[in-house]
Amino acid sequence: MIIAERKPLSEIVAMTRDHKKILVLGCRGCVTVCSAGGEREVELLASLIRLGAKKDGRKIEVQEGTLVRQCDKEYVDGLDDWKGKYDAIVSMACGVGVNFIANLRPTTMVYPAVNTTFYGGSADQGVWTEQCAGCGNCVLHLTGGLCPVARCAKSLMNGPCGGSQNAKCEIHPEVDCVWQLIHDRLERLDRKEQMLEVAPIRDWRPAGHGGPRKTTRDDLSV
Amino acid sequence: MSDFIPTIRAFCCHYTSQQTCAEGTEGLKQDGFPESVSLFRVPCTGKIQVSALLQAFEDGADAVYVVGCPADSCHNVKGSQRAAKRVLAVKQALSELDVEPERIEMFHLERGFHPEFVTVAREMDKKIQKLGPSPLKGEAA
Repeated sequence: MIIAERKPLSEIVAMTRDHKKILVLGCRGCVTVCSAGGEREVELLASLIRLGAKKDGRKIEVQEGTLVRQCDKEYVDGLDDWKGKYDAIVSMACGVGVNFIANLRPTTMVYPAVNTTFYGGSADQGVWTEQCAGCGNCVLHLTGGLCPVARCAKSLMNGPCGGSQNAKCEIHPEVDCVWQLIHDRLERLDRKEQMLEVAPIRDWRPAGHGGPRKTTRDDLSV
Repeated sequence: MSDFIPTIRAFCCHYTSQQTCAEGTEGLKQDGFPESVSLFRVPCTGKIQVSALLQAFEDGADAVYVVGCPADSCHNVKGSQRAAKRVLAVKQALSELDVEPERIEMFHLERGFHPEFVTVAREMDKKIQKLGPSPLKGEAA
């Protein structure tokens, strides 16, 4: 899922200072699962914005809402439920949601309440770790299912850099060296020889270095 | 001396407050429990959401505190640990709003009647009298 973290409150308050009626808008997708922008977080942020305004002696009306997703047009259309009740939206969705609202509501101001950080999973209660970089050209079949693009600090494609110590990354000593993990895993699976294959020089265009990416599925469009 | 009487909202779990509250409001008053504190009893402090703590400030509380079981012997195993984390989250939020974080506190107390239940209420009352009204009431502006 997409992982996000709420921005510092001071940043959100500064963005929205000029508005009198705000809609704090959550998303029931990824940001609900990673507790950054679901219904509960909307309730908290709305309360904090009201308290902050009260402290500064400003009057503000804060509406609260949560859409099934903010990354689909049909759900963004649900904004009509709050028509006339807000003059700006504070979106707690990932950056995709903010962009979708900006795309679909050309005259509505929308602000991001979270920083969209990475594609990851929950490693432990309250802990999320990056697992995928969305690079558009998956090599997991060669690396035992462990991603060197996302999980190696240098995104190396042909084994470890030589700087890791005790199976830990030299850049982030608390992070496992993914190439050590790949080696150990392939050894356990009796496929260690896969590591001898030299990965070709990589074309990074599918990773976004060739501009914004797009997927079209003719079978799904009517 | 200031004539400010704080409004303090206390959330406490059934177990830590059961005997102290057995004789009702009158009994509490006789024990020296300050009138500035209004008590909200919940089955377990782990049930209290951050939104409920913030709501208390929105409702005009000058301070809020939570009394739960000792962290290592909560009746519901981890309820009071969860409550402590949520209190900490509100402390951080208050700091972000440039409001004194000590306007919210967590206390872990043993079950049964004990003077500490009254003592922490008096401590909060005294502390908030010194701090003055909550800036979140918007009265200063």
